[in-house]
Amino acid sequence: MIEVEDLCVTFNVGSAIETRALRKLQLTIPAGQFVTVIGSNGAGKSTLLNVIAGEIRCDSGRILIDGRDVTHWSTARRSALVARVFQDPMAGSCENLTLEENLALASSRGARRGLGPAVNRDRHDEFQQRLAQLGLGLDNRLNDRMGLLSGGQRQAVSLVMATLNPMKILLLDEHTAALDPKTAAFVMELTERIVQDLSLTTMMVTHSMRQALDHGHRTLMLHEGRVVLDVEGDERRRMKVEDLLHMFEQVRGVALDDDKLLFG
Amino acid sequence: MSLIAILGAVETGLLFGLVALGVFISFRILDFPDLTVDGSLPLGAATAATLIVAGIDPYLATLAAMAAGAAAGLVTALLNVRLGILHLLASILTMISLHSINLRVMGKPNQALLGEATVFSPFEGLGLPFYWLTPLCLLLLLALVVWLVNRFLTSEIGLGMRATGANPRMAAAQGISTGRMKMLGIALSNALVGLAGALFAQIQGGADITMGVGVIVVGLAAVILGEAVLSTRTILLAAIGCVIGSILYRLAVAFALNAGFLGLQAQDLKLITAVLVVIAMSLPGLRRRWHGRRSNR
Repeated sequence: MIEVEDLCVTFNVGSAIETRALRKLQLTIPAGQFVTVIGSNGAGKSTLLNVIAGEIRCDSGRILIDGRDVTHWSTARRSALVARVFQDPMAGSCENLTLEENLALASSRGARRGLGPAVNRDRHDEFQQRLAQLGLGLDNRLNDRMGLLSGGQRQAVSLVMATLNPMKILLLDEHTAALDPKTAAFVMELTERIVQDLSLTTMMVTHSMRQALDHGHRTLMLHEGRVVLDVEGDERRRMKVEDLLHMFEQVRGVALDDDKLLFG
Repeated sequence: MSLIAILGAVETGLLFGLVALGVFISFRILDFPDLTVDGSLPLGAATAATLIVAGIDPYLATLAAMAAGAAAGLVTALLNVRLGILHLLASILTMISLHSINLRVMGKPNQALLGEATVFSPFEGLGLPFYWLTPLCLLLLLALVVWLVNRFLTSEIGLGMRATGANPRMAAAQGISTGRMKMLGIALSNALVGLAGALFAQIQGGADITMGVGVIVVGLAAVILGEAVLSTRTILLAAIGCVIGSILYRLAVAFALNAGFLGLQAQDLKLITAVLVVIAMSLPGLRRRWHGRRSNR
């Protein structure tokens, strides 16, 4: 479960380009819910994910994961509760390490690292089995460098890495945006499968309205650092991409009106 | 070139293999350009020499030199991680502070070790001539250190260190405390350099305040040479490459200085080293540009 209370983040405080990325954002996601997040550029989607992951510290507000206040925890400490797949396929893994070494890194997430060998027989077999489930033929390439894989393959491996160890929440930051449509569909299907199998509490940021409505249980729209739309259940099932698009334009229109009021 | 001269070059090469391994950990594994080594090598030498002269067991004195090196590295890493000072500048600050500290440690600009027992003394009874004995001892030591470095860098913590250098964002997301990894890695790196300094003093017969000048460049030259002759596919190969690169570098220097027609003298050594490093570092880029231009035609 994720609880976000009155979250405020401001970039470049005190300068001409001061931006209020999140403005008293409120959000509660119950355990096991799969939430998709949409919004225009600069709406605060990525900032929200980065704040939850600990990469950006908030100015005020609180973040609770399963009731534990993690607001002042470092990224590394939060990693025991939070797993993540990045938008850039290069960002989620080390290209100069082998697949096996990358998986080994991920399988120590949330655990104490010791001086024992990072790769061993048990882990090797487990990794092989997990990669075989992808059906990409990667199970025989454990000793290949990560850099030799295609973007789609790397994202698939990143998903496996994220789910090797137990976690409380899974954060997906436009993780199919950099892929071609076919690969994106495959990675999305894989995501759906993993999230369902492990009934993970998931937040997925996406640019695609189609993707936002087709996957998960609930959809949020962010605008100027606030939640402006929050739909689930029947209401969401009836919703079409056009409706979402319409609302999207409405919200932006409202913002324009606000400016007119300010300057008019 | 005589056998003794070749063995001497191998001996120095092995000794600086320790420096190369240290530089490998900072520059290559952690992607942290650490110039502290110019100060931690004489620090190791000064610590060991001063302690030995004070009657401390040479093995304990050498361990103390390693600890001193580690402490110097830790200071650099702390300046970078905790105070946010640029890594290169942090290491330069530590390096110049060490100049004063080394003078304090010795109480004078140099400390002779004439006639004192050293870590090599217990092996002198084996009947080997000295020019064989020291290189052999160093060879065994380097084999042990290479094994240890490889064992460490393939452990869970070591893998975390490699990820810290390769992709710090991903490392943090996987629960690795990147700041702590830098502190540990730079401390380890400088402990190896401190060890090199301690042994250097005991082989050379003393410590000198100027013995650290340019050590970083020599270490880097060895790492680059090692990468050129051996693959870097595995950590073990890369570590062995550091030592081999260091020996090759010393042999090349010895040959260059021996070749009378070149007219080179001992004082040209640092210039030769710098030129070698420039050539080695720019070659890949120049080669790519050359190939690019040809394929454009």
